[in-house]
Amino acid sequence: MEWETVIGLEVHVQLNTQSKIFSGASTAFGSAPNTQACAVDLALPGTLPVLNEQALKDAILFGLAIDAEICQASVFERKNYFYPDLPKGYQTSQMDAPIVGAGVVEISLEDGSTRQIRVHHAHLEEDAGKSLHEANFEHHGQGQSGIDLNRAGTPLIEIVSEPDMRSAEEAVAYLRKLHSIITYLGISDGDMSQGSMRCDANVSVRFKGEEQYGTRAEIKNINSFRFVDRAIKVEAQRQIDVLEDGGKIVQETRLYDSDKNETRSMRSKEEANDYRYFPCPDLLPVKIESSLIEQLRTQLPELPDAKRQRFESEYGLSAYDAGLLTGERAIADYFEDVAKLSGDAKLAANWVNGELSAALNKEDMNIAASPVSAEQLGGLIQRIRDNTISGKIAKQVFEGLWNKEADSADAYIDAKGLKQVSDTGALEAMVDEVIANNPEQVEQYRAADDGKRKKLIGFFVGQIMKVSKGQANPGMVNKLLNEKLGG
Amino acid sequence: MPSYTVAEILQKLESRECSSEEITQSYLDAIAKQDGTINSYITVTAEQALAQARAADELRAKGDAPALCGLPIAHKDIFCTDGIRTSCASKMLDNFIAPYNATVVEKLAAAGVVTLGKTNLDEFAMGSSNETSFYGPVRNPWDINCVPGGSSGGSAAAVAAGLAPIATGTDTGGSIRQPAALCGLTGLKPSYGRVSRYGMIAFASSLDQGGPIARTAEDAAIMMQAMAGFDLRDSTSMDVPVPDYRAALNNDIKGKKIGVPKEYFSAGLHPDIAAAVQTALAEYQKLGAELVEISLPHTELAVPCYYVIAPAEASTNLSRYDGVRYGYRCEDPQDLDDLYTRTREEGFGEEVKRRIMVGTYALSAGFYDAYYRKAQQIRRLIRNDFVEAFKQVDFIAGPTAPNPAFALGEKANDPVTMYLEDIYTISVNLAGLPAISLPAGFSNGKPVSLQLIGRDFDEAGLLAAAHQYQQISDWHRQIAPHAV
Repeated sequence: MEWETVIGLEVHVQLNTQSKIFSGASTAFGSAPNTQACAVDLALPGTLPVLNEQALKDAILFGLAIDAEICQASVFERKNYFYPDLPKGYQTSQMDAPIVGAGVVEISLEDGSTRQIRVHHAHLEEDAGKSLHEANFEHHGQGQSGIDLNRAGTPLIEIVSEPDMRSAEEAVAYLRKLHSIITYLGISDGDMSQGSMRCDANVSVRFKGEEQYGTRAEIKNINSFRFVDRAIKVEAQRQIDVLEDGGKIVQETRLYDSDKNETRSMRSKEEANDYRYFPCPDLLPVKIESSLIEQLRTQLPELPDAKRQRFESEYGLSAYDAGLLTGERAIADYFEDVAKLSGDAKLAANWVNGELSAALNKEDMNIAASPVSAEQLGGLIQRIRDNTISGKIAKQVFEGLWNKEADSADAYIDAKGLKQVSDTGALEAMVDEVIANNPEQVEQYRAADDGKRKKLIGFFVGQIMKVSKGQANPGMVNKLLNEKLGG
Repeated sequence: MPSYTVAEILQKLESRECSSEEITQSYLDAIAKQDGTINSYITVTAEQALAQARAADELRAKGDAPALCGLPIAHKDIFCTDGIRTSCASKMLDNFIAPYNATVVEKLAAAGVVTLGKTNLDEFAMGSSNETSFYGPVRNPWDINCVPGGSSGGSAAAVAAGLAPIATGTDTGGSIRQPAALCGLTGLKPSYGRVSRYGMIAFASSLDQGGPIARTAEDAAIMMQAMAGFDLRDSTSMDVPVPDYRAALNNDIKGKKIGVPKEYFSAGLHPDIAAAVQTALAEYQKLGAELVEISLPHTELAVPCYYVIAPAEASTNLSRYDGVRYGYRCEDPQDLDDLYTRTREEGFGEEVKRRIMVGTYALSAGFYDAYYRKAQQIRRLIRNDFVEAFKQVDFIAGPTAPNPAFALGEKANDPVTMYLEDIYTISVNLAGLPAISLPAGFSNGKPVSLQLIGRDFDEAGLLAAAHQYQQISDWHRQIAPHAV
């Protein structure tokens, strides 16, 4: 019998509103502890929540992007539990009437197939603060914990999928798709390393073909795409091992330890809290007018799927290239700028997905931080197209731009004298020289058949490039060589 | 001075017969003299009050006095006051100095009031006798062996004893009206959403509402003018225009229909109160109002319904008192659970803990449908009773409390009997309606009261009806024997 992994994800996305979901305090990341927590965030006696309208709009935009029903009388509820980083002793969240109802996210897999992953619902809630367990706090001595409430009250949408994924690959594809949707919408920076996007994975296994789901474990707070992949794989294998040894899976919450690449039990179902959800009496049900929904629908940007299709049809790109370019809105926008400036979409796609993407990955940079601007790359490609430089020299120019050695491709080409030699006279002289200096190879060439000749001509081209420092126009060199050697 | 009404004091200030400083000083003297007995204040802010009074006098001299310029008042110690201890009568907040002002405090300050101090209450406003305060019980100025009612017992006792001309209160199940009744005062519980709850420490958020406790309906109208209004910081506050309450006091009540629910004259009602209410209603007929017998069939469900909803909300509203950020923290906690358990065990009093337990139970998995959801359904039925009744009548009248002030300790150990003290006031909170309590006679030397309930946001109608009764009666003019 073959095992099958069943995965459902709960994804928390921090919305990038200016202020918190229920208070006016700033949500900026990285400030000194507790400098961005106001009376409401501290849950001082008598304070009351007021819903941030932008957070509501962001959630509606997300709902529209996944084709979900928007709840027009959404209710906030209190989820009650005690924890030091939860100032009110409850989290204001949603349960029975979440803002976003059932929707669908389409994922593309590496084999080119696509799958529909259903979203059960998405709801708005407030983030908690952070507990800092550090060995030593200044003025407080050892073994103390600190509470930073800057994050408390940051708006979140929690996106809950159905258990529709069947492999770690699908789970990661789904997560990446959510990431591109939220960044396209501009409602979050989606930065997993800063916790702007966090993932809990519900994992179970069963025999392929079985109807019933197995008992699931929930892996909490996985903070990178790679760890989601590894945590699911290692947890599924753990469950298979337990079952194959005749054991039983217990429903529990587990933690993924990336250093040891293993999951560990945090608490079992029996130890779980009774959250005593009930409608928050400080917030009235949120009535959403149809007109607001329609107005927001008109604000929806072109989403990743639509953009990918357009890139294929409008620019004639392959599905693979279009998929790579549309994963992030910033990359897609960058590509379109380069395509327009250079006048050659295919070359633009090759450069963005190739040289640029490799350089960014190497430096662990995102495209917004790219030292080479779309204008510069567009200019570079123009010079390839008009034969000012060869593809090989272009890579050198790109490196020069990346290292900020010049403001534009033209400036760099001029400064370094990299202009391609296309002057027939000059090239002829070089060709003659190389032929004269290599009589043996010339003889070999002339004796060879057509098939072998194709290989042998490379030697002459290489020699000419050496003589020309790579600047000889390769097309013209080939043509001249054919003429002169063929004789 | 201490038996004057707000209207009289404002007149003396306007005519420069007295300065705010003189008036304020006379109240501070009265407090010093009598509050040792009454215990109506938790905190007296004498120095600050005198400074405010002098500033008010200067403003008035300059000719730009706001409406209540120089009027001394007292705040129930449930309203946050910037820089002043705001205790909610709990050990939990004994050391809590609020860093901000409640909207009500801010609005009254903007109207020019002088704050004498913070008045006593039942701990976290949970009680009907003011016996659950961490700062000790309050005594009723009409009989110091009796309770003043609760939870705004300190505010009521202070006004009745002449230790403040008027005070703020809050009413979750009768906490303005019942103490006003037991102390011979006029207390207005506004419609839910009329007065901002921002900065008013929450007991049960869907029921709490701030309002004035005054000697007269006219005084209550003057105070309401400054308290009422939409507040962006309170999502449950309603954007309904605030009328000129004082100007509306003489709106004719001739031809108005007063509904008299048969359920409000049930077995537990003290005969003297039943008689006083009937007599008052006869006076209303003389004023031209028409009495209509009505029925509010779900009345008897109000107390059980309330004692699910209010504790349920309270149980989570009070979760924030955990010893982590402010307020009481137990000595030497061993670990996190110990910190929570002992802080809350030691910081809260018995009644508060009882309600947290009841509310936690009502919201628990497996009990939610039977208690909380059921109570919400009953709440709608109670509200519908009123909606139906108000199709026929303009006001609904009955007693405020079933008994006059009872002896200290008499009901302290019997929560159910204590809860029944709120039988006539609770349904008004559940329905979100405005209601006013006004003096209507005496029983054995202790005041008894009439309650009028109005339509949503018709505080003006209630104040006018009460004011006109007070033009032909003098129950509200009587002075308590233990007043200064």
